[in-house]
Amino acid sequence: MENTEGVFFLTGKDFKNAGAASSSLKGILEGRGVPQPIIRRVAIAAFEAEMNVIIYAVAGMMNYTITDEMIKIRIQDMGPGIPNIEQAMKEGYSTAPDYIREMGFGSGMGLPNIKRNSDTLTVNSVVGEGTTVEFSMNLPPAE
Amino acid sequence: MILSDIRDILKAVVLARKEDMGMQIERAYCADLMSDVLAFSISHSLLITGLTNTQVIRTAEVATITAIVFIQNKRPDIQTIALADEKKIPLLVTDLSMFDTCGLLFEKGLRSCNGLEF
Amino acid sequence: MELQEVINSLSLKVENPSVNLKREVTGAYVSDMLSDVMGNAHEGFLWITLQIHLNIVAVASLKGLSGILLVNNRVPAEETLKKAIEENVPILTSSLPTFELVGRLYSLGLRCR
Repeated sequence: MENTEGVFFLTGKDFKNAGAASSSLKGILEGRGVPQPIIRRVAIAAFEAEMNVIIYAVAGMMNYTITDEMIKIRIQDMGPGIPNIEQAMKEGYSTAPDYIREMGFGSGMGLPNIKRNSDTLTVNSVVGEGTTVEFSMNLPPAE
Repeated sequence: MILSDIRDILKAVVLARKEDMGMQIERAYCADLMSDVLAFSISHSLLITGLTNTQVIRTAEVATITAIVFIQNKRPDIQTIALADEKKIPLLVTDLSMFDTCGLLFEKGLRSCNGLEF
Repeated sequence: MELQEVINSLSLKVENPSVNLKREVTGAYVSDMLSDVMGNAHEGFLWITLQIHLNIVAVASLKGLSGILLVNNRVPAEETLKKAIEENVPILTSSLPTFELVGRLYSLGLRCR
């Protein structure tokens, strides 16, 4: 099958549409006939990454590439950056304010959840500039 | 059990997808933190929560949760209900507390998501 | 119901065994929202949550809760445990998810009312 590529633009603090990009991505994966358990992993990881942008950044974008072998997602934001990535990868570590916690997010499980669901994950961040999170999931060979 | 059993056990009101009350549910997960739901819930389970914003519907959608029960008579706004309707996710609301909701459903045979993958 | 009976029945781990465990559990409350617990939990209730940060101890102490039960293998943060010892609030842990723990507590006869 031909590769599918695309991009979604994300706006910081736009809680009304938070999750819409991941939802659309899920639809695209379903359209390509990707197996359900893999769609679930991609959708969960993308949603966590999307929420991170909505919560912390001014704006960002989600690029996706789907090939026969893998699904690759890159989320790039203009945000505060992560001073200590190692710490942010730990479950339960969070700098989120209370109103975010009351919304059900910011419990320090975002990056760990992305890691749990992906086959590769890289996080690059510059404090004061932004963060790029890139992850991929392998697809089983076509029958 | 099916969703109408859950509705009857909890004396719940159906807010979205009345037509789906025949859907089968065997597992449940309860939490107010959506990242926790994303991390530990399994596909085709019931989500019981005290949060009512649109992110709950998004969470259910990406985690392929079958239906949502809101506790303590917490009612989502019209946009949230509309999104659930669009995503075909039934919504129920009960007067009961989270504890009594989970306890009653467990007593009637619903089981948790522990140790299961997707 | 005695707290010790709850601990034994559900094989809970006591994270701060130095606190006084001799207390009555009058009911139970499930929430991950601190403001909700402040508003709705009653004295003597056991609080079931996945929150591990420091403020849970203050909430439990202010409301006179009989203890905090952390689910899903959550471990209390170091400062949380320290504060819990100071405030004499039992912190219990379990590997089970909330739904399962609640189901078992409900079978023991605990209610939230």
